[in-house]
Amino acid sequence: MSFEPKIIAYVCNWCTYLGADLAGTNRLEYPPNVRILRLPCTGRIDFNLIVKAFEMGADAVLVSGCHPGDCHYTAGNYHARRRWILFRRLLETLGVETERVHFTWISAAEGKKFQQVIGEITEKTRAMGPYAAYQVLSGVSK
Amino acid sequence: MTERLRQTVRRLLAEDKVKVVIGYGASKAGTPAPPIFVTRPEDADKLEWNDRCFANLSVYLTRKEVKALGKAAVVVKGCDERALVVLEKESQIDRSALFVIGMACDGVGAPKCAHCQVHVPRFADEVIGTQAEPPAPPNGPNGLDRLMAKSPAERWAFWTAEFSRCVKCYACRQVCPLCYCERCITDKNRPVVIDTSATPKGNFAWHITRAFHLAARCIGCGECTRACPAGIPLGLLNQSLAQATVENFGYRPGMDLAAEPVFGAWSPKDKEDFIG
Repeated sequence: MSFEPKIIAYVCNWCTYLGADLAGTNRLEYPPNVRILRLPCTGRIDFNLIVKAFEMGADAVLVSGCHPGDCHYTAGNYHARRRWILFRRLLETLGVETERVHFTWISAAEGKKFQQVIGEITEKTRAMGPYAAYQVLSGVSK
Repeated sequence: MTERLRQTVRRLLAEDKVKVVIGYGASKAGTPAPPIFVTRPEDADKLEWNDRCFANLSVYLTRKEVKALGKAAVVVKGCDERALVVLEKESQIDRSALFVIGMACDGVGAPKCAHCQVHVPRFADEVIGTQAEPPAPPNGPNGLDRLMAKSPAERWAFWTAEFSRCVKCYACRQVCPLCYCERCITDKNRPVVIDTSATPKGNFAWHITRAFHLAARCIGCGECTRACPAGIPLGLLNQSLAQATVENFGYRPGMDLAAEPVFGAWSPKDKEDFIG
């Protein structure tokens, strides 16, 4: 059986989720490998959620929200961006495969961009193969 | 210096300036000086100052049991004092209700001492002693440089091996002056955020959380590494984050009273070359 990547997308309620919705209403096709989880704001997306996704067998994680300046709560995405800058360094220090952790800004009008991003991440992850290192660690490898 | 410290403590307690003094006590040669809590002037002679005073005593200031004793005085080295600055910034201590006895320190022989920038406490109410010639910083790569020179896969293997010894005793949390949450996220079970058993995934989740909850806050006192009974070099994670904090935000926790904490603020200029 060929490998189908599992991708977890944590998206904000106000921009990327609506972007995904727009992709749907426009009948834009994107790979079904992505599981979308909606949160109020990227500022709410706890780093533990990213860890949890990998623990449960995700091959890649996407975190996406409003473009800078567009946040529904004014500054949630700015706070998130700051957190990710340091969190990425921690993942690098631990040797986590950071090319499996993606961050994007996708607005409510960018259904097309949502389609492209999901397509690209899926293809990239497919080429990389399953995240064996973390799956072995978590005991979820097949 | 020990005698001057005892005199100061005796005076503070006799004049009822403070109710309790947190300091270092006597220990057998070669073993770390334990913390002691002095509440009577006649007990001031139990205090010690030597090159085995490793512990960062500011950790006790946020404890309920210690707060209940009344106004405290605490003995700190220059490095420990940085924790007080962060605690004050985070509204965890009231600096005016605290007497700080600063000890000028030539280093206590811990690895961190080689890179120390604050041998003499800067904000103490009373500084005891003077500092001799500062030692020359060592040349060559340190532990973090050597770790980061490895490939990601090698680093992963390194931490997998290190964390495999973790027994989840949480000594790293208990000893940390900035891990003061009354209820730690790892103790919360609705829902379970971090697998509480000492499994590989639980250990990774815990150490990721511990390190990141200290991001841009850790003052690098190195107590986590010293306290770890399994000898895991936990401080490397904090050092790496501290380095990234300086590179990206020019911020050193506990150095500047006026500086805005990194995670309490944001800037439109923060880098986003990794965001698509």
